[in-house]
Parts: sequence; structure tokens; C-alpha cells
Amino acid sequence: MTDIRLNIDGFDITVNPGTTILEACKRLKINIPTLCYHPDQDIKGSCRVCVVEVEGNKNLVASCCTPVKEGMKVKTNTKRVREARKNMLELILANHNGDCLTCVRNGSCELQALCDELNVRNDNLDKVYSKLPIDNSNPSLVRDLSKCIKCGRCIEVCHKVQGVGAIYNVNRSCEMEIRPPLNKNLSDVQCVYCGQCINVCPVGAIYEKDDIEKVWDVLEDENKHVVVQVAPAVRVSLGEEFNLEPGSIITGKIVNYFKKIGFDKVFDTNFTADLTIIEEGNELLYRINNGGKLPMLTSCSPGWIRYIEHFYPELLEHVSTCKSPQQMFGALAKSYYAEKNNINPKDIVVVSIMPCTAKKAEAKREEMNNEGNSDVDIVLTTRELAKMIKESRIQINDLEEEKFDDPFGISTGAAVIFGASGGVMEAALRTVYEVVTKNELENIDLKEVRGLKDIKEAKVKVGDLNVKVAVANGLNNAKVLLDLIKEGKADYHFIEIMCCPGGCIGGGGQPIPGTNDIKEKRVKGIYNADSKAKIRKSHKNPAVVELYKEFLIKPLGEKSHKLLHTHYKDRS
Amino acid sequence: MVNLISRLCGKISPLSIKDYKNNKGFKALEKVLFKMEPEDIIDEIKNSNLRGRGGAAFPTGLKWSFVASEKNECKYVICNADEGEPGTFKDKILLDGCPFQIIEGMIIAGYAVGAKTGYIYIRGEYPKSRNILTKALDILRNEGYLGKNILGKEFSFDIEIRSGAGAYVCGEETALIESIEGNPGRSRFKPPYPPNQGLWGRPTLVNNVETLANIPIILSIGSKEYKEYGTESSAGTKLLSVSGSIVNKGVYEVEFGITLREVIYDICGGLRDNKKLKFVQLGGSSGACLPKEMLDTKLDFDKLNELDIGLGSGAVFVSNEDTCILDFIKSTMEFFKHESCGKCTPCREGNRHIINIINRIIDGDGTERDLELLNSLALLMKDTSLCGLGQAAPTALITTMKYFSEEYIEHIKGYCKTGSCGKGEF
Repeated sequence: MTDIRLNIDGFDITVNPGTTILEACKRLKINIPTLCYHPDQDIKGSCRVCVVEVEGNKNLVASCCTPVKEGMKVKTNTKRVREARKNMLELILANHNGDCLTCVRNGSCELQALCDELNVRNDNLDKVYSKLPIDNSNPSLVRDLSKCIKCGRCIEVCHKVQGVGAIYNVNRSCEMEIRPPLNKNLSDVQCVYCGQCINVCPVGAIYEKDDIEKVWDVLEDENKHVVVQVAPAVRVSLGEEFNLEPGSIITGKIVNYFKKIGFDKVFDTNFTADLTIIEEGNELLYRINNGGKLPMLTSCSPGWIRYIEHFYPELLEHVSTCKSPQQMFGALAKSYYAEKNNINPKDIVVVSIMPCTAKKAEAKREEMNNEGNSDVDIVLTTRELAKMIKESRIQINDLEEEKFDDPFGISTGAAVIFGASGGVMEAALRTVYEVVTKNELENIDLKEVRGLKDIKEAKVKVGDLNVKVAVANGLNNAKVLLDLIKEGKADYHFIEIMCCPGGCIGGGGQPIPGTNDIKEKRVKGIYNADSKAKIRKSHKNPAVVELYKEFLIKPLGEKSHKLLHTHYKDRS
Repeated sequence: MVNLISRLCGKISPLSIKDYKNNKGFKALEKVLFKMEPEDIIDEIKNSNLRGRGGAAFPTGLKWSFVASEKNECKYVICNADEGEPGTFKDKILLDGCPFQIIEGMIIAGYAVGAKTGYIYIRGEYPKSRNILTKALDILRNEGYLGKNILGKEFSFDIEIRSGAGAYVCGEETALIESIEGNPGRSRFKPPYPPNQGLWGRPTLVNNVETLANIPIILSIGSKEYKEYGTESSAGTKLLSVSGSIVNKGVYEVEFGITLREVIYDICGGLRDNKKLKFVQLGGSSGACLPKEMLDTKLDFDKLNELDIGLGSGAVFVSNEDTCILDFIKSTMEFFKHESCGKCTPCREGNRHIINIINRIIDGDGTERDLELLNSLALLMKDTSLCGLGQAAPTALITTMKYFSEEYIEHIKGYCKTGSCGKGEF
């Protein structure tokens, strides 16, 4: 096909057929305003903010959904265009509560930024926004329809990427709202609390439940021993909230910050990620050697667990019984750590910093406790941590790097890659190989399972066994593998599933925006951290070895079962 | 008045295939199946200058050629019988009066563009017509006009019926396609256009009932004779649905080129009770409101185009001197507020603000600034809405603000000369 020549604002440009006017403008560094457009999503063409003039067209055209044509003459900055865009934003603002100053997205709101950039200074129309109550019926997500601008991005991610379908376009015309069907709350439908809808929302219509104040309160309570754990994906993304490049690793500064604000101990979820590998690896070997259910499915991602409980309960026996690293951490903090330091577990508060909104709901699962003490008490997302840092006025970029505390501060490169899709699988195989063969694994990078690709497969020879594995990220991709299992066509031994696209680095609690470009940089940060780690295999973590010697005795042993393993529930 | 397209309506028993054949029914189909190549048929339709009768007036032959040139094993023909434009009831006359003629048009369209499946999308409020169509399709299947190897020719075509649940927007071709696919009726952005990617992503021809009813006639009498009806730019006839304050309401088939005055006074017997004409709304609720000074406007695509007016579906609504413009616009906009699908911003949000402002003016709280706001909202909707619904919704508002501006100003000053908008009731 031949190239298309057109003229935009007096400049000639040649582009490939099928290019939209919006994309052609981008090539000329003309930044057309958009709202419903998202670089990783389908074109919607519904907000109409991106309109431009095309010679010969009676009406303005939406540049996001109009392909270029040979000889087209486009004008992007005429009075007619500017006024249409401003008037469009006025219509949107009239149906938006406009509480910018107290909004969770103040400063990161696309509507707010656009109104400023396009010089919207009038507010002529009657306010007509939804007066429905805020839906905060569940432990993870809050929906505020008075801010929704009906762009439809959340619906697309919920249906097309996650295959969940908790929210829809309900009603029509100006009564159209995006919400669960039949006036239900999110807690009444099959929402998995992944928070991907938050990540694509241009405004503050969906956000995580704010638990920051709870953390400040326990830090001021002298009777509490407050420990914090930081998930692997947080360290490569938090910097984005402080103007650092995505993928910048600021682990040591985060540790320093927590010490400054008064946490008694600062630990690393990576430690229990290593532990998960030992338990899960041994569970896999046990299943292989004793005719257990295969393929075994990973269990670290709570959104994924809710998904299988809702949609494929008949396959729950495939899911590893291992708790997630977050929960293993909490269980050990209130047993092993408490015993060792002679602290009453009831006085210990476990705070987690997670890239995830579903972790808030996971921590509240009734089975996640030991003798009445819940494993994890408070979960903050990466974004909440950023807000906390800002609120405390400490300049995190200026802090020195500090080290995590012992004993849960020692970890390996295998643990840090838990943060990216494929990481659990790679870490598990590093360990399983060496446990089974007793030989050292030379080439430890399992590159086939890395990256943002939907479904990844690999085969690894472990002794006499050809281990076949698969990795899926995003629940709609998980569905493909689950259907194969149901049909008896999945001849894998082990499948890693992460709820969010890209794995935890793309979690629902991560900095916004989190486009695929940004996710790739975060992934790079993760594998950088792994390659720089002194120890890169979980079973070589000396603190984990010590933990088994002193406390757990052996993988899948009695204590492990009590503290580190769990069970699931049919929620269909 | 002429009797070309509607010649059999009311004259024959609608479900009698014998009556239809005795009146040259299926002659066109036999002719094209055995004597014409698909490209010859399309050329003939192009030569006839037939333009779509649903409202957009797109050249039919050209549309057919787009679908025909798509290389795809699977294509569809859809008959748009979702006659939802207020004041429009001409398709119903054809559907009830001579269903075979429409179906014959569809079969020919299928043969010409290379489609094997057709759908008739009929509005849910026409259960009687749907019933007639269902029976008509059964009869034609039994008689070998539908199904495998039609009339022994290596051409198979069958038709299914689908109904909407009453949404006006489903008359818009892409919303109609969404509805057939089982989705809520919301318009798609174009391109891609249905002839390239329509129903289930396949090339799809969507034609209005009246357009399809023209097909057997054109192919029977030939494009040359057909063009003797109407004007040079607008060939053939048009079915008008005339309603409002006139003596004889109904559907009338007229040649293009007729004036509104002739329609209203010569055909329809003028206004009831000797009232004075205030305006004529042409093309349904989405059409322009024309003052009496424009009654000599000829119904001709090019002539109307020069005035930036559309013929639309051919609805002619006549309003007398008792009508308050603001009251009328309020009901019109209430209709569009109810019928907007809610997808694009200007249509979803625009209608209700227009209504709020009109209400404010009717209530005596309007200002000059409100008129500016009305104007900018109307222009925004027209200029930026995703589909025809939103683009056309403010047409009545725009044209009345142009031709009856003094009445808006009167209301702002607290006065309504008709007294029918409720103004003055304190």
C-alpha cells in the first residue's frame, strides 16, 4: 500500500495508510487533546474532545477515529476547533462534581489538566452530575459516579483485558451511567478488586480505599510494634510519583523513609517471596511425584484467586495452597518473629505496601489469620505510599539509601522478579532444578517467560523430567489456559497466573499513568535488580535456610501448613 | 400525486403472490437472474440516480458498488424498517401494502452485491407489519423465491427478521447493526462504513424500505423511463408522510420537484379550521422548521441542499398559528433527550442543557445570554456529535432561532403570543 500524503496546519506529512489524524498530528508534535483515548485500548471516539477541521467536511471530525486520506487538509487550531473543544469540556464539567481540591486525583487528573491547557474559564451550564451515594461497599475500591465522565475506559479493561465484566454502560442518554448492573454495589457482583479500572480512569471516579490514616494512627500508638513490608514491584515504580524515570530503583530510600517516620522494623516482602518459592516448588514436586492435580497454578495474586473462585471454582484443586508472600510475611511476623523477639503477637501491627488493590481484600479474608491474629493489618498501595510521603513533607529523593532490617530483610534476585509476569515461574524453576538435580543451574535467565506478552510457554529439562510451563498475565489470558485445563488439553506441569497485565508492576495500585511503555520500563528495572543481586536463587537465601532450621523444620511441614498454606472458596 | 412505488398498495391482497405476479411482480427478479450480470444491475441503479429514501439520500447504486467490490465470502443485506422518525409512517404503508415488492428488492440487492443473507430490521412497534412480513417470507420460501437456488439459478438467499425494542437510534445504520448483533443500540464511529465492515465485521448493505421498493420498479421499466419521474437531480418519486394541522393527513407519493405549497394546499386540502400556517417541519423531528415564506421551496435534493435543508425521511409536519415555538422545541428536545444513546458527549449532555435553558426562558427567567448558550450548544451538537442523531437533534432549534428569532426574544421579555407554552400562568 502506498503512503498517504496530507497537510496538517500547513505542514505536509507522509504517513502509512490506516494512520489516524491523531497519530499523524503526533508525528508533527501537535498534541491533540483527548479524554476517552488511551494508548493501550481500542479507539472509542466518544468524548469528542479531539475534534479537528477537515477541509470539505461539513462537520468537525474526531481525530482519534478518523483515518487519514490522500490530500486531506487538516486544521487543528482554528477558532471553530478551539471553541468546540472548550464547549465540550464545559459539557463534561457540568456533569462532574468539580471538587478538584479534595480529589484523590488532584494533580494527576486528565480532565483537570485539559481544562487548564485549553483555557476553559467559563462555567455557564447548570450542574447536572449524579447525586448517587459513593460505592465503598468493598475493602479495595471506591466508585464516585459524580466524577465519572463516561469515557468507557474502565468498562473496556474490565471486560476485554480482565474478562470479568463487573461494570457496564447502564441506561442511555444523559441517564447513562457506568456501574454494576441492576443498581448493585461492586461487592455484590463478581468484581475481583484488581483495580485496573483505576489505572485507566482519567479522573477520580474510581480509586482505592484510603487506609493512610490507619497507618499514622498505629505509628503514634506506643503500645504497638509496627512492622512494614514492601512488595517487589513498589520499588521500581514509586519513583514515578517523585519525577523519577519509570523503573528507577529507590529501595534504600524507601527503607530510610520508613525508619524516619517511626516503623519499628522495615522488612522486605522479597523474603517471603523466596519462602514462597521453597514451599511452592516443593508442592509442585510433591504433586508430580504423588499423582497430585496438575497443572499446578500459582496463588500469589489475590485478584486472580478471586477470579478463579468466582468463575472456575471447579478448578480450585489446581491452585497451589501456598499463601501469597504478603500473607506468609504477616503469618511469620506474628509467630516466628514475635517468638524470637519476645513480643506479644497481639501487639504487632503488620503494614504492607503493595502495588495492588486486591491485596486489601486479601488481608481481610477470614482464613488469613493465626489464633485470631490476622496476618496483615493494613495494606497501602504504591500510590497511597506516595501520598503518605508527600503528606509527611520528607523529600524522599534526598534521603540516603538504607538497608532492610534482619531477619526478613535478606532476599534474592529470584524474589524481586516476582514483581513482573513470569518472575514466579523463573524463580521457581531456578530452585526446582537445583533441588531435584543437585546440580548448579548455569544459565539461570529463563527469558522465554519474561515480558508483557499475553501467554508465554517454556520447557525446561529437570533431571529426567521435561517440565512444561506456561505464564499468563491479565485474566482474559488466564481464561484461555483455564479453558484448556477444563478440556483436558493443558499438558503443563506448572502455570503462573498474574491478575494484572504485566504482572504486579502493572498492578491496580501503581502510579498513574501506567501505560505499556511505562510498564516495560518497570519490568526492566525489576530484571536489573535481579541481575545485580548477590544471590539469585531462593533456596540460597541464608535467612530462609535459617528459618527452616530454627522454626519451620521442613517445607510443607506441620508449621508450614498451619502458617503458610491456605484454602479457597467456591464463590460462583 | 403519482402511483409508481406504491402502485399496488391497497390495490392487491398483500399476501397474495398470485395478485403480485399478475401485476408484474417478480418480473424484475426473473429479468436480473436470467438476463443480467450483477455489475449490469448496479449500473442500472446508478443510472437511475436513485438516492436513499431513509434520510441521508446517499446514491444507492454507489453504495451497492461499494459492497459488491468487497472481496468477502460473507456479506449481508439489511432492510432498515426501523421507521422511528416522528411523523413518518410511509414505510408502514409499503410493508403492509406490498411486502413482496420490498423483499424482491432485497433479493435483487443480494444478487447484485453478492450476499446470501438478508435481515429485515423492523421496529418493535410494528407487530402487525412484522406478522405480515413473516408470512410473506414463508410464502416466498415455499414458492422458491427464497432459499437455495432461487428459481433454479445458482444463487441462494434467505431473509430473517429482527426487531428492536423501541430505540429511535436503531434506525441509524451502525446502531441498527449493533442491535442485530445483540448489543445495546449505540452508534459506531465511521469509517469503517457498513459497506466495508458492517454486521459482524462483514460488508453490509443497509437500505431503507422505500429505497428497496424502488428497485423492482427501476429494473422493470428501466432507468431511462424511471428518470422521467422527478427532476434532473432527484429522479423518481418520494413517499411523504403528512401530518399536523391539515385537512387530509396521510401518505402521498409525489414526484420530486413538487413544492411544499402544492403538497399542503393542493394535495392535503390546506389547514384545518382555516388556521394560518406557522411553519412546516420537513423530515421529522430531526428536520428543519420552515416559515410560510419558504412554502414554494421545491422538494429536490440539490435545491434543498443549497438551503442547507434535508428532505430526511419525507415527513411533512404542518403547524398552525396556535403553536408556541418554544413549547414545540421543548417537546422536540425532550424526544432527543429520551432517545440519545448516551455514547458521545455532545448528544448525551447537550439535549438536557438545551431543555433546561428553554424551560428557563419559558418560566420567564431567560436572558440574552441564554440565547447565546442555546446557539453554541446547538452548533456544538451539530458539529461534533458522533452520529446523525446528535448532529440532527438541534436542527429544529437552529432553524426556529433563525426564522422565528423574534419569538425567542418575546419570551425573554416575558410574553408569548400564543399563550400555549404556559407563560403568563402565574
